[in-house]
Amino acid sequence: MQDIAARRRAVVTVALCAGVAVLTLVSLGVGPVKLSPVAVLEALFGGGSEVQRIIVQDIRLPRAILGLAIGAILGLSGAALQGLLRNPLASPSLFGAPQAAAFGAVLVIALGGIDVRSFMLPVAAITAAFVSVFVLLAIAGRNASLLILILAGLAISSLAGAATSLTMNLSRNPFAALEIAFWLLGSLEDRSFRHVALALPFIVAGAAILMSRRHAFRALSLGEESARSLGVDVGRLRLWAILGVALGVGGAVAVAGAIGFIGLVAPHLMRPLIGYDPARLMVPSALTGAALLLAADVAVRLIPSTSDIKVGVLTALIGVPFFLYLIVRERRALGGGLA
Amino acid sequence: MSKAAILTASSLSVSLGKRSVLSDISLALPGGRLVALVGPNGAGKTTLLRALAGLLPSDGTIEVCGDALSSLALDARARRFAYLPQGHQMHWPLPVRDIVALGRYPHGAVDPARLAGPDAAAVMRAMQATDVTGLSDRPVTELSGGERSRVALARVLAVDAPVVLADEPTASLDPRYQIEVMTRLRTAADNGTLVIVVTHDLGLAARFSDIALVLSEGRLVSQGPPAEALSEAVIENIFRVRIYRADYQRETVIVPWSEA
Repeated sequence: MQDIAARRRAVVTVALCAGVAVLTLVSLGVGPVKLSPVAVLEALFGGGSEVQRIIVQDIRLPRAILGLAIGAILGLSGAALQGLLRNPLASPSLFGAPQAAAFGAVLVIALGGIDVRSFMLPVAAITAAFVSVFVLLAIAGRNASLLILILAGLAISSLAGAATSLTMNLSRNPFAALEIAFWLLGSLEDRSFRHVALALPFIVAGAAILMSRRHAFRALSLGEESARSLGVDVGRLRLWAILGVALGVGGAVAVAGAIGFIGLVAPHLMRPLIGYDPARLMVPSALTGAALLLAADVAVRLIPSTSDIKVGVLTALIGVPFFLYLIVRERRALGGGLA
Repeated sequence: MSKAAILTASSLSVSLGKRSVLSDISLALPGGRLVALVGPNGAGKTTLLRALAGLLPSDGTIEVCGDALSSLALDARARRFAYLPQGHQMHWPLPVRDIVALGRYPHGAVDPARLAGPDAAAVMRAMQATDVTGLSDRPVTELSGGERSRVALARVLAVDAPVVLADEPTASLDPRYQIEVMTRLRTAADNGTLVIVVTHDLGLAARFSDIALVLSEGRLVSQGPPAEALSEAVIENIFRVRIYRADYQRETVIVPWSEA
């Protein structure tokens, strides 16, 4: 039986890898100039015409890399937070982390007038994300119910949103405000390798931190007290998890704006296939997150519209109904939180 | 007590905020014994278990197997004490085998899918001792209360720790499972482990333990063989009940009978 479960996990993981690879190719091929997967591969490895090489290597590759990396870190962060809090409704976006990260980034733009591609941007976003998740967990306390977490997350994301609005409100340059507003919607358009270099190190560091803690999340399945008695330093684990999520989400928001709900959805899609083990869910959730964001980013390019639909808008449009569905499903647990 | 103590506490005190929960507890317990820790609600039983395991800060000294608890890192403590908290929380429907395998976490075997020989053997032994091998692949959240308590016990036994601390392992179990759990803990004690069990059931305490510790308002008021430590006078004083006492099959029978 155990072998069957292990084999199924392996099959699912391989299938997800294949799916992500295919979606990456599609992402490289879709745009104003449509390219076949063969042409994409040729251009990628130095063949094809010069125009094709420029389109694939310089214009679409950074976008695909960011889609893959950001989707993956969001999926991973969701799985890690759900494991940490033993709660299937936990996710960075519900906790206000992307909103706080966006505020951090907007603040440095407004205050310093720094280059939007400066390293200060991810640093500010990461710091704000860290503070927001830390404050959230501090408010929620040790054995927080679902209800408290979500209410506190709502408060923090509203506060971050209001602070962002205030910053834009006070901005002297209306075009800058408009620019920020669009950036906040979350998009992977027109990103360069400079953006990749800006975000990727933080995303990789965040992912490495979260992955290194995965077995501790499994031990937490027994509750904090038992986990401690098994030698897990729960306080330190929380800090590492917050740091990992903040690095990943902050880095992602700094280059792509707020893209929500992937962290919530990805682990849920995987549980029926992989099982509930928080440690084993992490890699499949990351791959699912990558696939979801790549697919969404392809979709926004294919949907005919007069102006570009931002990918963050699309993930929210799909993610929020999914969240509502989860609330209905978890209604009993939420009701229990009230008591 | 002829054997050398493996767990000693001297002048152990615990305060939560300004409130003193435990004061001046001293005890010395040898391996291979089943110790019943009894006392009214709020006496500090759970706090004492947690303090002994180093799960909360305390004043005084605790020594386990010859080492000061304060000198041991978290994972070293986890190998000396197997702790079974009240209520056996299990948040995700993990398969029983993976839950039991968590008992090997303190030994560095953090991945249940990759257990080395000795770890796999310890898990197997614990599952056999608690009769849960047949449940191996079942999600733990789908089990009955009795089955879950056996799985929780298996997880604790899999640690192979010299000291087992169990907080009300028989609560909310039917009589058959109560006896079953106590019998398995008794077996662990007979195999050389020091087992400390918190219980409200004076009957089970008298029937299964070698040593009874009676805690009242944060102080150890009586300790010794249950027939002596759980005397009518002590119980009437501490629990404010009168008991029926008898001997049956060379064991002491205690049944709480009426308010004192």
